[in-house]
Amino acid sequence: MRPSIVAYLAVMSAVTLGTRILPLTLIRRPITNRFLRSFLYYVPYVTLAVMTFPAILSATDSLLAGATALVVGIVAAWLGASLPQVAAGCCGVVFALELLLA
Amino acid sequence: MILVEFAETRNAFATGALASGERRAHRGAGLLARHGEALREGVRDGVPIALGYLAVSFSLGIAARKVGLDAVQGFFASLFNNASAGEYAGFAVIGAGGSLLEMAVVMLVANARYLLMSCSMAQRFSPKTPLIHRVLVGFDLTDELFGIAIARPGVADPYYSYGAMVVALPGWALGGMAGVIAGSVLPERVVSALSVALFGMFLAIIIPPARKSRVIAGLVLAGFATSALFAWTPLLSGVSEGTRTIILTVALSALAAALFPVDEQDGGSEKAGDADSAIAVPAPEGDACRAA
Repeated sequence: MRPSIVAYLAVMSAVTLGTRILPLTLIRRPITNRFLRSFLYYVPYVTLAVMTFPAILSATDSLLAGATALVVGIVAAWLGASLPQVAAGCCGVVFALELLLA
Repeated sequence: MILVEFAETRNAFATGALASGERRAHRGAGLLARHGEALREGVRDGVPIALGYLAVSFSLGIAARKVGLDAVQGFFASLFNNASAGEYAGFAVIGAGGSLLEMAVVMLVANARYLLMSCSMAQRFSPKTPLIHRVLVGFDLTDELFGIAIARPGVADPYYSYGAMVVALPGWALGGMAGVIAGSVLPERVVSALSVALFGMFLAIIIPPARKSRVIAGLVLAGFATSALFAWTPLLSGVSEGTRTIILTVALSALAAALFPVDEQDGGSEKAGDADSAIAVPAPEGDACRAA
């Protein structure tokens, strides 16, 4: 049986709050293990990369628009555009392409 | 400090020296005298963060609506999570109809860096800091709020964090709710375009560090490639998006940590903070955020 949205949100929130609150209240020593520190340092980059591709291709109504948004986003971020600029650029490209293709 | 206050209040009560109203006023004035400055600075530094949160959370709200959340659920999901990668990963599990166990593990992996920030923040509190302050500061220990709190010199004053939270938290929660509502009322074409905003933000977070570090660049490319492999290979495509995120994140990060350990003594925690900064707050180092 599929869990309810409320059950999902309860688990989601409990785990998030746990990761933030438990070390602050329980573990009062720094993490010194080099492997663990390095692991936690790399985690966000991999998570975001895995979640971005290929999901971005199917996020919009057209595959081509999603793929173009990916390229535009990478190039803009590489060239130093700020976060709002990259996000707006991706949205703009999808909007324009879907308007043209429709 | 708070303990002392309580002790004072209790003394006053015991001796009956102060009437109830006066006692409360006395305590309130003491608090403000001691922490008013930190509180004000927190609010000041929290305002730009709140504006960024509004935008990020709005795009998360668009994603939340797609998997079936209503505006109230969007509000509470935003209020209690305050994490861009975490919320997105969680919504993906809901969309895929995953189990609650899968949800728990996905959230743990997506939010693993908070364990590190939370440990790091714990070092900055006075050992006497009462539990309640640790819980409250931990409640909203986001990348950005951690960043500005840790950038302050000396022992951390929880009231600085409270000041920033008072403005940043509503920004995130209301943004999430607004995203759900906008997703329902805006034309389909606009919603489709807004759906990529979040991916654009993710790219803006991972690409600049990838440009500077070959290891991170390699990791991002490996993440893209293996994720596509899982999605498009007949046998592997049965693995849900959430499980895929867990497997690949743990495997690739462990591999990188074994091959390319991070050297700095205390660099890891703050750098990890940068990685998922939802907005371009001039992060931990530098006076920029203090001057903002």
